Amino acid sequence: MSNAESNKEYWRWTESRYTNPDLNWKDVDIISAGVDVGSVSTQAVIMVDGKIYCYSSMRTGSDSPDSANNAMDWALDGTGLSLDKIQYIVGTGYGRVNVSFAKRAITEIACHARGANFIYGPEIRTVLDMGGQDCKAIRCDQRGKVTAFLMNDKCAAGTGRGMEVFADLLQVHINDVGKMSLEVEEEPEPVSSTCVVFAKSEAVGLLRKGWPKEKVLAAYCSAMAHRVVTLLLRLGIEEKFAITGGIAKNIGVVKRIEDELKLKAPEPSIDPQLAGAIGAALFAKALVEKERKKS
Amino acid sequence: MAKANYGYKDGSGEYFITIDTDLCNSCGKCVEVCPAGVLEMAEDELDPLGDEIIATVSDEHRKKIKYSCAPCKPSGEEKELPCVKVCELGAITHSW
Repeated sequence: MSNAESNKEYWRWTESRYTNPDLNWKDVDIISAGVDVGSVSTQAVIMVDGKIYCYSSMRTGSDSPDSANNAMDWALDGTGLSLDKIQYIVGTGYGRVNVSFAKRAITEIACHARGANFIYGPEIRTVLDMGGQDCKAIRCDQRGKVTAFLMNDKCAAGTGRGMEVFADLLQVHINDVGKMSLEVEEEPEPVSSTCVVFAKSEAVGLLRKGWPKEKVLAAYCSAMAHRVVTLLLRLGIEEKFAITGGIAKNIGVVKRIEDELKLKAPEPSIDPQLAGAIGAALFAKALVEKERKKS
Repeated sequence: MAKANYGYKDGSGEYFITIDTDLCNSCGKCVEVCPAGVLEMAEDELDPLGDEIIATVSDEHRKKIKYSCAPCKPSGEEKELPCVKVCELGAITHSW
């Protein structure tokens, strides 16, 4: 193998930014923003009157305050909008207390429910957020208000980080993992270890036995799906059901979760990794309105 | 019914403390009786727009309640947990 190939970062997913060309931040009533500093990725979403104006999604560095600043700067880039014009900013996610410019921090559970309600519509009652290093099952009402939740943040099994480890091990780009895992004729037994570290050793063993990459990925994706399904079943599922977070973009895991639950998760209209930041921006807007009512 | 589940699942089992946030009346008695300081009064995480302060499992203990709660759960004998017992409204339950 060439050196260039061995140095390739297969886990590196695409960072992105976007500005809605149909919206303008001048002549609007409320400009609000949400910053979701996750363990793996950071998103900043800026909304004008409850509509997405611009956003950025990038990798969280080792320094949470920096990640929040970088994501915000990138989201604002080229819009002419500046931080001081945003009326309310809410921080959320694992690094929420480190968002120095946020007026308030709100847990990612509340934000994800609210964000899923925005992305997938008010019929959503159960949200599975598959984040970078944790996994949350959330039940909510038609307004996106949380009615119950269950979180697993003690273990990276069933999370984006676990998938990154496998992408790296098998030298398959993270964006292709899901699709490739479906290219098997017969579904293999899932890997038996739920722990990422042990699952990785198990996968090395399977490769040595001559399993093709597709089959190993299929075994891992189905183990991951099974693990989060048990979390969902513990909480209880009510239709409709949706998935947020980076893994929502991995068709191999999504399809296996759907098969196991015998439920279909709707296709997202907006990047599902933004759910937390969208929810935070919506809360920011609601908090501006709340303050106004008081005064 | 609004259920906040704090805890985790690991290789040895499932460890969750469930607090029914609708039932909790913010009395704070559970916080006082918990010998390990697992519980605290904080903002309702389920409803950030509300102003209610309710019982939650503190961040410090969320990932180790199996150990933090162990002194109140002697093996072999059924004993009512102080936090569960003190809550007149039955808002607190343990999964193990």
